[in-house]
Amino acid sequence: MTLKSMIAAAAFAALAGGAQADVKVGMITTLSGGGAGLGLDVRDGFLLALKQSGRDDIEMIIEDDQQKPDVAVQIADRMIQAEDVDVLTGIIWSNLAMAVVPGAVAQGKIYLSPNAGPSALAGKGCHPNYFNVAWQNDNLHEAAGAYANSAGYTNSFILAPNYPAGQDALTGYKRFYEGELSGEVYTKLGQTDYAAEIAQIRASGADSVFFFLPGGMGISFLKQYADSGVDIPLIGPAFSFDQGILQAVGDAALGVVNTSQWAKDLDNPANAAFVESFEAEYGRLPSLYASQGFDTGNLMISALDKAEVSDVEGFRAALKAADFASTRGDFAFGPNNHPIQDIYVREVIKEGDIYTNKTIGVAIENHADAYAAECGM
Amino acid sequence: MSSILLIEQALNGLQFGVMLFLMAAGLTLIFGVMGLINLAHGSLFMIGAFAAATVAAATGSFLLALAASLAAAAVAGVIVEVVVIRRLYDRDHLDQVLATFALILIFSEGTRWVFGSFPLFLDRPDWLSGSVMLPFGIRYSLYRLAIILVGLAVAAALFLMISRTRIGIQIRAGENDREMIGALGVNISLLYTLVFALGAALAGFAGALIGAIQSVQVGMGEPVLILAFVVIVIGGIGSIKGAFIGSILVGMTDTLGRSLLPALFGLFMDPAAATSVGASLASMSIYILMAGVLLFRPKGLFGGT
Repeated sequence: MTLKSMIAAAAFAALAGGAQADVKVGMITTLSGGGAGLGLDVRDGFLLALKQSGRDDIEMIIEDDQQKPDVAVQIADRMIQAEDVDVLTGIIWSNLAMAVVPGAVAQGKIYLSPNAGPSALAGKGCHPNYFNVAWQNDNLHEAAGAYANSAGYTNSFILAPNYPAGQDALTGYKRFYEGELSGEVYTKLGQTDYAAEIAQIRASGADSVFFFLPGGMGISFLKQYADSGVDIPLIGPAFSFDQGILQAVGDAALGVVNTSQWAKDLDNPANAAFVESFEAEYGRLPSLYASQGFDTGNLMISALDKAEVSDVEGFRAALKAADFASTRGDFAFGPNNHPIQDIYVREVIKEGDIYTNKTIGVAIENHADAYAAECGM
Repeated sequence: MSSILLIEQALNGLQFGVMLFLMAAGLTLIFGVMGLINLAHGSLFMIGAFAAATVAAATGSFLLALAASLAAAAVAGVIVEVVVIRRLYDRDHLDQVLATFALILIFSEGTRWVFGSFPLFLDRPDWLSGSVMLPFGIRYSLYRLAIILVGLAVAAALFLMISRTRIGIQIRAGENDREMIGALGVNISLLYTLVFALGAALAGFAGALIGAIQSVQVGMGEPVLILAFVVIVIGGIGSIKGAFIGSILVGMTDTLGRSLLPALFGLFMDPAAATSVGASLASMSIYILMAGVLLFRPKGLFGGT
């Protein structure tokens, strides 16, 4: 795929005869190992946006970071120094973003984040060349806290892995949630057995459980939670409920409420067209990661339509305008180049044989992140 | 913390320990009999889970899925032994680690090729869903209870096999003196393949059992593999009895540590700090246990003389 898309893009560029200014885009994302599903969706969403734009002057270089920070840094160095890319994008994980982004933007490259949004890059570490097209990491958790208030929950049990993004998750939830806590538990990162935690939840007398357990951890937790017969309602961010993993959870996820900036059924023309064309192109339903990749691609194309990539000031201003049809409806950048957007509440349902999410409301409107004030840009 | 919760957590620890035993038993046999460090044991766990998920999706039968996991992992074990491992017995441990680490990468990417990047679905069967009421008013998951019973049965069968059967005698003899049993006319290369297949089948079986309440995905075997190594170091390398005691110890320490330590620190610290200190210490607890055991018994609890 990497080679094919490169050859195709190169062939198109050659056909165009170099009349148009070529733009080189370096995508560093996770395409192997347990986290590959996220990278695949971001890549496929991004490539779909490129394909639909009909532009033939964009050359894509796609590399697999294996979810390892050192590998990501090596690839970024090569892309910046040897390949001389104009725009970098693609990183899924916050620790990899922290390793790559500060160096890349300091060397004058534009970085568009399709997923990771660590607080350090939203606050003091913000940079005019860094644009986050997904969310700041805390956003979906804050929305979950806001939802818990509106749902009338007053006694939450909260649970996340013991690493920076997990601590941010519980902090984000508590920033908006106004009730009491019946328990707060940090689990091991990568933990697969949650029997001990579920027993504590059963004994806690909570009226709601907030959990942030991305990927396989969430699958394990949901299956074991359903198996235990505890029926306290669950709330979580969309990361444990994306289209890729819902099929692996099955009935255990049904009815669980989760917060997301995107949903398959959001009612706007851009989204309807995206969902339909993604399914036609790849034969599967898009996840929120795919929507983020698609939006990132379209944001870049909208800026390229207005300014040459060599005109740094002009290109940055064009990106900041965010003049593209987002799959999430309204989308704007705040002062720190992070999104201001609505965050929705979704519920897991079954459509035919497929498990998916249905939007049931808005958790927070026009939500910006908590770190914008610290950004001295 | 109420005593009912404590008993429930002890059962959880027992269940976790029994699962670890299925992994550690194969690992310790292979190390004890052949002197081989097999890092790819986690991949066999994964193969078992993927085979079970595939067969369960195709047939809907959980028992067939379990059978498939045993068969698939054993076959994979035999192929690996004949093609790769056989060349490594006389080599340095470092070469073995290198080669079996390469096998992990090959199995992981191979599985991703065949099954794609998204986790598979595997659920416990309907007849094992829900919970049961145990004495003293303890509600416990039926499936976890079944895992405990199946695991104990497998452990008993292994003990009998090692201590009572002819093949068990050969395995024990192989641990003591490889050359001598070869000289006595035992087909050593067949014995090695058999032991390897048995270890692989146990790992695959564990993968299928645990896959039903966890995520069936690429790389699922490696976290368990690390714990299994801790178990055999604690129990003493090559000893099935050591693997069993070590598994239960590790399972109990990990589960009870996770649930009790944060509460314990909560007695004299503020709750937020207690949660994070307790959680950090709980994730270290099994390694502290291992260090403690090695301090007094450098060869593990049942590591021979």
